[in-house]
Amino acid sequence: MIELLVQAEPLFIDVLKILAILIPLLVCVAFLPLAERKILAYIQGRIGPNRVGPFGFFQPLADALKLLVKELILPAASNKVLFSIAPIVTLAPALAAWAVIPFDEGIVLADVNAGLLYLFAMTSLGVYGMLIAGWSSNSKYAFFGAMRGAAQTVSYEIAMGFALVGVVMSADSLNLTTMVMKQSGGIWHWYVVPMLPLFVVYFISAVAETNRTPFDIAECEAEIVAGYHVEYSGIAFALFFLAEYANIMLVSAIAVLLFWGGWLSPFQGIPLLEQTFSWVPGFCWFFAKTAFFVFVFIWMRGTFPRYRYDQLMRLGWKVLIPVTIVWIVLIGFAIELHLPPWYV
Amino acid sequence: MIQKVKMWAKSFTLFELFKGLGITWRNMWRKKITVQYPEEETPVSFRFRGVLALRRYPNGEERCIACKLCEAVCPALAITIESEPRADGTRRTTRYDIDAFKCINCGFCEEACPVDSIVTVPESHYHMEERGENIMTKEKLLAIGDMFEEKIAKAKKLDSEYR
Ligand code: SF4
Ligand code: SF4
Repeated sequence: MIELLVQAEPLFIDVLKILAILIPLLVCVAFLPLAERKILAYIQGRIGPNRVGPFGFFQPLADALKLLVKELILPAASNKVLFSIAPIVTLAPALAAWAVIPFDEGIVLADVNAGLLYLFAMTSLGVYGMLIAGWSSNSKYAFFGAMRGAAQTVSYEIAMGFALVGVVMSADSLNLTTMVMKQSGGIWHWYVVPMLPLFVVYFISAVAETNRTPFDIAECEAEIVAGYHVEYSGIAFALFFLAEYANIMLVSAIAVLLFWGGWLSPFQGIPLLEQTFSWVPGFCWFFAKTAFFVFVFIWMRGTFPRYRYDQLMRLGWKVLIPVTIVWIVLIGFAIELHLPPWYV
Repeated sequence: MIQKVKMWAKSFTLFELFKGLGITWRNMWRKKITVQYPEEETPVSFRFRGVLALRRYPNGEERCIACKLCEAVCPALAITIESEPRADGTRRTTRYDIDAFKCINCGFCEEACPVDSIVTVPESHYHMEERGENIMTKEKLLAIGDMFEEKIAKAKKLDSEYR
């Protein structure tokens, strides 16, 4: 019995680690819709949910309970197998991607060499869930939504990939921890300074990737009801929701890691402030920065109207991709010339 | 040319997007306008046309004289009246039904009534629970009138200024 436990111990510890990431993550994901509803309400001059618990704090629990007890409807004309796996295919990559995210120096589940590549693969996999959901529902609105979503994700992935190439070139590595460590030495060392256009492109593509306003033409309540998940009900629908919010947090975390110095303190290298804030653990900075970008996501949703489909394609192909290519070339020169302080 | 450069500069610095974000940011700190309904309510005009009621004179005599003007004017044909002479010789209704489902709360009956008998009360908190309750009989309308007499009198007084 004891031998069995010892043998299984590495696995056991891994499972514990996974839980230590997943549980806080899912809690955040569960409360993000509440935050979103509150922020949107505040932008619109309303109060937002405030009936369930103080400040509506238990609203997510009430929502989850409601969705759990609701009937799961399998449309008669749908492809049952695909219809059932689609929510899982959407959610799983959004959660799996967190395996390579370093929360602090050395606090990472899997410190893989090609971490960025893995992240990129995982965020791209999400679109399959959307496609499968839309196709298997056998409903024209769902199908429209899936088609739009797929086309949009594919086009914006290119811009996003190019934006990340800039970071890879600068850091000379695909490992996320290395990338962050290369940015240490002060706020002016962060990659956002030399690569602001790439960051903007990355952020725009990230909004498009996660199908959020102003790029939410895959959902588009006004035109195609709710897009690819229109036929889903109950907890299956909730899974799509969870995936959306997990993805928002994920892309925000990636933005922080690649451009905003990850867990590095913004006061690094500033004589007095650095000592004052040295007690703040790294992952706090990481969370604070990530939370800020998540907030920006919601803020943008409350501000911008939805893009028209052709405008969206034009922006992706004719603006974002050329901008990234030009900037990559510039960065190439900067690296060749060892432009301080980033490329010494 | 200069125009074009200006436009490019504007769109590449995301000038307008930031402006929009600024507006929503300011709105976030604005005073909230939510009315927390069951606890708070928005003010209701004395001309609000809510539940229908039949009034009485202070001595308890019903006002309605069965002239049927309200029945004639009702655009939704919601009122049904039957009348007969009462024992004391006055003309009174034996049946006065308003179908609340047909009624559009237009208030024409109130305008038409020569004795201020049928009125719309500035009261919106009423509901029906069973089928058939939508037919408001004479007894029901009179009871509602008794219940809200104070409110009706006040509304009438406030309104008289504008007539
Ligand atoms: S309020 Fe209008 S619709 Fe209703 S009973 Fe009177 S006249 Fe008819
Ligand atoms: S309610 Fe007024 S208008 Fe209608 S029948 Fe009676 S007196 Fe005439």
